[in-house]
Amino acid sequence: MFKTKKLLKMAFVSTVAAAFLVGCGGGDDAQEDKDVLAQIKEDKKIVFGVKYDTRLFGLKNPSTGDVEGFDIDLSKALAEEMFGPDVKPEYKEVTSKTRVGLLNNGKIDAVVATMTINEERKKEVDFTDVYFDAGQSLLVEKGSKVQGIEDLSKDTTVLAVKGSTSAVNIREKAPEAKVLEFENYAEAFTALKSNKGDALTTDDSILYGMAEEDPSFELVGGTFTEEPYGIAVKKGNKELVDELNKALKSLKDSGKYDEIKDKWIKE
Amino acid sequence: MLDFSILTDNMDAFLEGFKVTLIASFIALICSFILGTLIAVMRIAPFKPINWIGTTYVEFIRNIPVLVIVFFTYLAGNFGGMAAGIIGLTVYTAAFIAEAIRAGIMSVPRGQMEAARSSGLTYGQAMRMVILPQAVKIVIPPLGNQFINLVKNSSLLAVVAGGDLMYQGDLISASTFVTFDTYIFVGLFYLILTIPLSFGVGYLEKRLARSN
Repeated sequence: MFKTKKLLKMAFVSTVAAAFLVGCGGGDDAQEDKDVLAQIKEDKKIVFGVKYDTRLFGLKNPSTGDVEGFDIDLSKALAEEMFGPDVKPEYKEVTSKTRVGLLNNGKIDAVVATMTINEERKKEVDFTDVYFDAGQSLLVEKGSKVQGIEDLSKDTTVLAVKGSTSAVNIREKAPEAKVLEFENYAEAFTALKSNKGDALTTDDSILYGMAEEDPSFELVGGTFTEEPYGIAVKKGNKELVDELNKALKSLKDSGKYDEIKDKWIKE
Repeated sequence: MLDFSILTDNMDAFLEGFKVTLIASFIALICSFILGTLIAVMRIAPFKPINWIGTTYVEFIRNIPVLVIVFFTYLAGNFGGMAAGIIGLTVYTAAFIAEAIRAGIMSVPRGQMEAARSSGLTYGQAMRMVILPQAVKIVIPPLGNQFINLVKNSSLLAVVAGGDLMYQGDLISASTFVTFDTYIFVGLFYLILTIPLSFGVGYLEKRLARSN
């Protein structure tokens, strides 16, 4: 008798706890869909989701507290081109893991964070035209036995970042290799430095920044994918996408785009 | 409503993660209990230098975040993610277990030790046969708390690519974009581990109380 009562009690607690969790699940459906462009104009600010840990694209400078990089300068120029001085650009940190979620719950208006345009993601968000052409490559310690994607056998470990396209790509291109995924590029690079893997894979543009920081590492084997970066906005905001595309085009025409690109990316 | 296809489509990944979390928690639980008991005994041993070692361990380890310990073990040591996670969790949890056990031992009246010693037992024998069996009853509830925390802290394996439940959840949410629901399922899997643990501790507590 005692046993049954005990079991019933346990079942009850489990059910209530589970129901509570499941109940929370319904929450995000209730979100009101508002036009992002109208909201930007109303608030007089546009919030860009950018990386804080990616050298050359978006990196928080610990001494000044400012975020610096190609993505930052470009989004600043885009905001100015679209709205003039009325709308202030603001920045929020995103990672490959958080950016779509933050976009969908309205915490940010646009993602300018080394985000590759692909079919899977197009189902979740709307992309602008390509604003940067990158390609996936490998970073290894100088003198490594890994000199290209063909050297990634089953005895090698490749480090990548959770939620990035490079993690998916590397499993396709080198199905034998073991893949370990980390929270962000800084952690993945630290893991590479302490010999937790033979190579780090992501877009060459990001790897250049790492090789610049620590010259005992180098890029090998060239690029083996195409990674066109796009600006992502919440699905269904065609007007905002059009505005961004128009602004991007006029920055390219005026030479301002090349100016920003040359400042950061030296291939 | 919850998107159950996330669960069914990724069942292999969830189960793999569940297995790693279960194994890692189990090993860390046993090891941290042993290490924690040792340190507790060191802290109250009648020999000062040994006291200091125990006290230094507890004060140093319990005052730094477990994330730092796990990262350090992973990056500085020659371990894989899962091993580093288990070691980090063991080292961290042992400090709290040591404190719980020490409190339990201290709550056994001093006269017990004196009586045991004067009847011819050595300090070690008195500890093992007289003091610890009484202390165990007192420390069961706080130990239960530490074990539950340990299971939940094992989610830190995810940051060192340890392949646990949280790691699998991260990968699933990243590839499907169904972030919210994925983590709810992750939470449910943790409940499968922690609720029985919780009730198991409660059961032990009652049984030991009856044997008094």
